[in-house]
Amino acid sequence: MAYEKVNELNLKDTELCLGLPGRTEEIKEEQEVSCVKSNNKRQFEETRVEEESTPPTKTQIVGWPPVRSSRKNNNSVSYVKVSMDGAPYLRKIDLKTYKNYPELLKALENMFKVTIGEYCEREGYKGSGFVPTYEDKDGDWMLVGDVPWDMFSSSCKRLRIMKGSDAPALDSSL
Amino acid sequence: MTEEDSSAKMSEDVERYLKLNPPCSSSSSSSAVAFANKSGTFKSSSPPCPEHVLENVLESVLQFLTSRCDRNAVSLVCKSWYRVEAQTRFEVFIGNCYSLSPARLTHRFKGLRSIVLKGKPRFADFNLMPPNWGAQFAPWVVATAKAYPWLEKVHLKRMFVTDDDLALLADSFPGFKELTLVCCEGFGTSGIAVVANKCRQLKVLDLVESEVTDDEVDWISCFPEGESPLESLSFDCVESPINFNALEGLVVRSPFLKKLRTNRFVSLEELHRLMVRAPQLTSLGTGSFSPDNAPQGEQLPDYAAAFLACKSIVCLSGFREFRPEYLLAISPVCANLTSLNFSYANISPHMLNPIIRNCHNIRVFWALDSIRDEGLQAVAATCKELRELRIFPFDPREDSEGPVSGVGLQAISEGCRKLESILYFCQRMTNEAVTAMSENCPQLTVFRLCIMGRHRPDHVTGKPMDDGFGAIVKNCKKLTRLAVSGLLTDEAFSYIGEYGKLIRTLSVAFAGNSDKALRYVLEGCPKLQKLEIRDSPFGDAGLRSGMHRYCNMRFVWLSSCVLSLGGCRDVAQALPNVVVEVFGSDGDDDDDTVTGDYVETLYLYRSLDGPRKDAPKFVTIL
Repeated sequence: MAYEKVNELNLKDTELCLGLPGRTEEIKEEQEVSCVKSNNKRQFEETRVEEESTPPTKTQIVGWPPVRSSRKNNNSVSYVKVSMDGAPYLRKIDLKTYKNYPELLKALENMFKVTIGEYCEREGYKGSGFVPTYEDKDGDWMLVGDVPWDMFSSSCKRLRIMKGSDAPALDSSL
Repeated sequence: MTEEDSSAKMSEDVERYLKLNPPCSSSSSSSAVAFANKSGTFKSSSPPCPEHVLENVLESVLQFLTSRCDRNAVSLVCKSWYRVEAQTRFEVFIGNCYSLSPARLTHRFKGLRSIVLKGKPRFADFNLMPPNWGAQFAPWVVATAKAYPWLEKVHLKRMFVTDDDLALLADSFPGFKELTLVCCEGFGTSGIAVVANKCRQLKVLDLVESEVTDDEVDWISCFPEGESPLESLSFDCVESPINFNALEGLVVRSPFLKKLRTNRFVSLEELHRLMVRAPQLTSLGTGSFSPDNAPQGEQLPDYAAAFLACKSIVCLSGFREFRPEYLLAISPVCANLTSLNFSYANISPHMLNPIIRNCHNIRVFWALDSIRDEGLQAVAATCKELRELRIFPFDPREDSEGPVSGVGLQAISEGCRKLESILYFCQRMTNEAVTAMSENCPQLTVFRLCIMGRHRPDHVTGKPMDDGFGAIVKNCKKLTRLAVSGLLTDEAFSYIGEYGKLIRTLSVAFAGNSDKALRYVLEGCPKLQKLEIRDSPFGDAGLRSGMHRYCNMRFVWLSSCVLSLGGCRDVAQALPNVVVEVFGSDGDDDDDTVTGDYVETLYLYRSLDGPRKDAPKFVTIL
């Protein structure tokens, strides 16, 4: 279904869309494919009101792809071990219970009775003496806070709170 | 044992039996009488009634028949054969728990020792069915507890099983030997504890892909003291910690233990200890495959030596939180492996290569698509005996990267010519690759391709995937199970109807243009038993076209199609032996969810005992 130019207006420009900006390519593909659908398909699509009235955001379809929930837990590690330098034993936390970094850091502070302080993009965790780091699924040790929360929570395998003196000095030219 | 083996054995035994008591005349009834007299079975002075004699003979012969298809055929010969078959059937398979009542089962079969019972249809696994729909084990355990106190084996799939059910089972069957729960739910570790404790002859306790509530009960400690008859213990799906010392103690006193599948709460160090205690294991679920402590450079357990010592291991699974640096420890058993399940491990091609290139004997291989096309090429290069391949998506979303494609599929088809069964998740596919597989792997009985992007055409030609699937049904003449995906027109279904003469199970999602597609399948596939369809433009006319088939099918599932209440009602009225259930996707409505004419989900199945009485409010039985 090509978008016609009506009165020199490209209707596509005025179309409301729930997708993120820059998703036009995907949406286009979706609509090109829909050319092949028959009238019957149009009919039944209308009955699935909420989903089809806007270009489908692809994560909304229930039970698709057909993978059992026990398998879906794969790439989102929930329970991770947390170690702190100098602490005699490790702890475990469920990352899924936190929605963002401040919540996580607060929980860590409570758990180990330390102050971690606030994250700053340039210089990490300044002035607290404790630096939260994590091991990602590639096996690399990263500073907590650099990447968006969702990306962090799905790739974090374990946490380690390093003592400020042990943490490598970050070169400010990096 | 195979069909051929068992019938050969049967005729061998029958021959031997007859030789001991040669017939004294050519007439069958008098020879049967002579036979009976010599065997000394009958004490009465008058010659035994020929009918009884024949029944005894039949009984002796029938005990060698194990295939349920053969037994079903035997039971149809005449009433006397029906009776004898019913007396001698020891294992029963019920593919749909609602196709008959427990009372009917216990009335017909008096000597059952083993029951296989399946409940919910497969689409329930993907949240397409509201909770509490049914498939309760309770009425079955109550009925069988009374009728078969000697029951030894229960195998359930997609049933709702409570702790009370398990307790009743444990109490009612003193000789109970095997419990297998696949994709079940409704119970917890407390129910398992009762079974472990009370079933003193328990050989098999297999919990597979089931949801087990953590009741914080130390169920492993509930196994009785002393030598255990355990041969198989699988709890890899149990998402709660276990008492490792108790497990180790149990393993030590289980000399017959061959299969042990631990859960992700068993660390690599603990696994090592178990392996040292049980070198006779043939099947091992490795748990987390991750050490508890960060390696501090101290003396590490020699994991490779443990694997080397377990010379009998042919099946490996687990690797739930694996650490790549330890993967090579399994190398000593690779050459012997017939089954390897990496499907919970994010393994790259680089990690896979050194392992797979020694796995010459592998027949079953499950993995994540993290192994990429490159990994599949490595599998194709080495695993010439591969019969079953399953590739699951690491990132099961529609718009994820898609590291496997037609390249990997084609490589597998070229390298693994004996392939019989494949499940393949991918983002994009080509007709060419699918066709290549159809030509290279004519032994395929199961072909399940899931192109995760809905309605995706061949990504090279832009055409629908009709030709690829058409080639599969045409060239794979033994195909019994097919799952289709991608952009498909009615033509794909015309191929399925034309060539899919042995297909028993068909899965369809987001496919087809019109009712013609459904008609092609329902008219063309005489062996079709299980039909599951979602989000496809099939309506009442299509549904109607299968009227002549539904009594001979196990079930039909149609969800998010274009069915109307009237159309479904027509089927229900025309076919009194078929139960037609209609429900919505959310089970919250207490009243009739069927608002208006639109039917969200239709689930129909044949039943000998009419509609079930335990249907929840959100289910309407037409």
